[in-house]
Amino acid sequence: MTKVLTDSRSIRIKGRSFLAVVLSPDLPLDEWLIQLDDLAARSAGFFLGRPVVLDVSDLAIDRGQLKALIEDLAKRNVRVMGIEGARPSMLEAGMPPAMKGGRPAADFEVEEKDPEPASDLRNSAPDKPAVPEQRQVTQSIVIGEPIRSGQSVIFPEGDVTIVGSVASGSEVIAGGSVHIYGALRGRVMAGSVGNASARIFCRKLEAELIAIDGVYKMAEDMDPNLLGKAVQLWLEGDVIMAETLF
Amino acid sequence: MGKVVVVTSGKGGVGKTTSTAALGAALAQRNEKVVVVDFDVGLRNLDLVMGAERRVVYDIVNVIQGDAKLPQALIRDKRLDNLFLLPASQTRDKDALTPEGVERVMADLKRYFDWVICDSPAGIERGATLAMRHADMAVVVTNPEVSSVRDSDRIIGLLDAKTMKAERGERIEKHLLLTRYDVNRAERGDMLKVEDVLEILSIPLIGIIPESSDVLRASNIGAPVTLADAKSAPAMAYFDAARRLAGEDLPITIPGEKRGIFGKIFGRKAA
Repeated sequence: MTKVLTDSRSIRIKGRSFLAVVLSPDLPLDEWLIQLDDLAARSAGFFLGRPVVLDVSDLAIDRGQLKALIEDLAKRNVRVMGIEGARPSMLEAGMPPAMKGGRPAADFEVEEKDPEPASDLRNSAPDKPAVPEQRQVTQSIVIGEPIRSGQSVIFPEGDVTIVGSVASGSEVIAGGSVHIYGALRGRVMAGSVGNASARIFCRKLEAELIAIDGVYKMAEDMDPNLLGKAVQLWLEGDVIMAETLF
Repeated sequence: MGKVVVVTSGKGGVGKTTSTAALGAALAQRNEKVVVVDFDVGLRNLDLVMGAERRVVYDIVNVIQGDAKLPQALIRDKRLDNLFLLPASQTRDKDALTPEGVERVMADLKRYFDWVICDSPAGIERGATLAMRHADMAVVVTNPEVSSVRDSDRIIGLLDAKTMKAERGERIEKHLLLTRYDVNRAERGDMLKVEDVLEILSIPLIGIIPESSDVLRASNIGAPVTLADAKSAPAMAYFDAARRLAGEDLPITIPGEKRGIFGKIFGRKAA
């Protein structure tokens, strides 16, 4: 009994983002596949072990054609991990899952093995300007009013600052740190997309649940001496640490 | 154009209907034209508290469905000429209220009355959201206990999200009415303190209504407490709340705090 209660290990459920190659086929598909074969021939193994997302948002095809396309790609060792922009009618069981909410990133440079590819192919491919990797901008939002019971604030992009209290029965989920200039009575999950350096700050700790990077602590497990105090919480290994602020 | 006030709480049994009737009668005694509207279709009570249950012919559902005209459904109070009731239907359910119908009725009422006070059903579903939809101000009725406070917090969140005013990007005025405040239990520390409730809900307070048998007695004789016994403690508190609702600036008194040493001794004996 005691062992179960004090067991600090817990199941971690995290979000994580990966950079996937997005293929956007054009009609007619036969010609596009020939171009793809050509690209693969010049850069053998380009698709090997790479997650590939199929973007069909601008493609007027039906379910049968989509299925055939996925099979054609599979023959070329291109394994599709997800489909973006598909209408629900285009999908069926057994197909890769639908994906949404993708954010654009810089274009992928295909490393060409052959230093001198056929000139006609080079002309047919659009020029890809070397886009420098965009510098990661730290994003944040500021909310100037209390978070009421039943409301939830979800901001996986970065930090959340709340000038007001977070009520019992509400939740704040942030990719980064969470700053609360008021009482924390609800649930707060910081570093929700896998950020172990995220922290939680509040003026008055009365939380129902707090979590950092998937490690969580219920109200019952919190040090009673911290309750009602201004506290910051952070993660050291698998343990949530806390100290009073003032 | 009149002002639309919704009396709401989330939780049931905290005193929404009693407060609607008492505030309505208090405002009507300031010589303003007032209508109290029962939105609790299927579980109507406001007609009983107003003492008009035997005079209901048509109700709000009949008006919305076009079976009756608004003036036919309005019931004039027997004691106050400028106080009216628009009753709810008891035989229907809340699905009988349509958003377009409610909008039309509220627009008409606003034209004829200075105050349109809507008694919201408990909960956060259709009836409650339709009752708050067209409100200019909200009176959030809360008892000094944790479940009521949390439900009120939820309702305040909905007021800021689901009302027409909020959707237009304006702010709906929200006021807290603390009801069933028990002086004896407050002295023993068995209830949430007023400042704790205010700290959690962070909206302005318009009144603290003491728990009193006068309220029950008034309900049983079918009169708002502000009409049945205008000198009683809860009635005085409702009169003050109505004045604050109308924009007057009055200091709030917490019931029982001004009692002298003898009062305290007798209070303890009685408790």
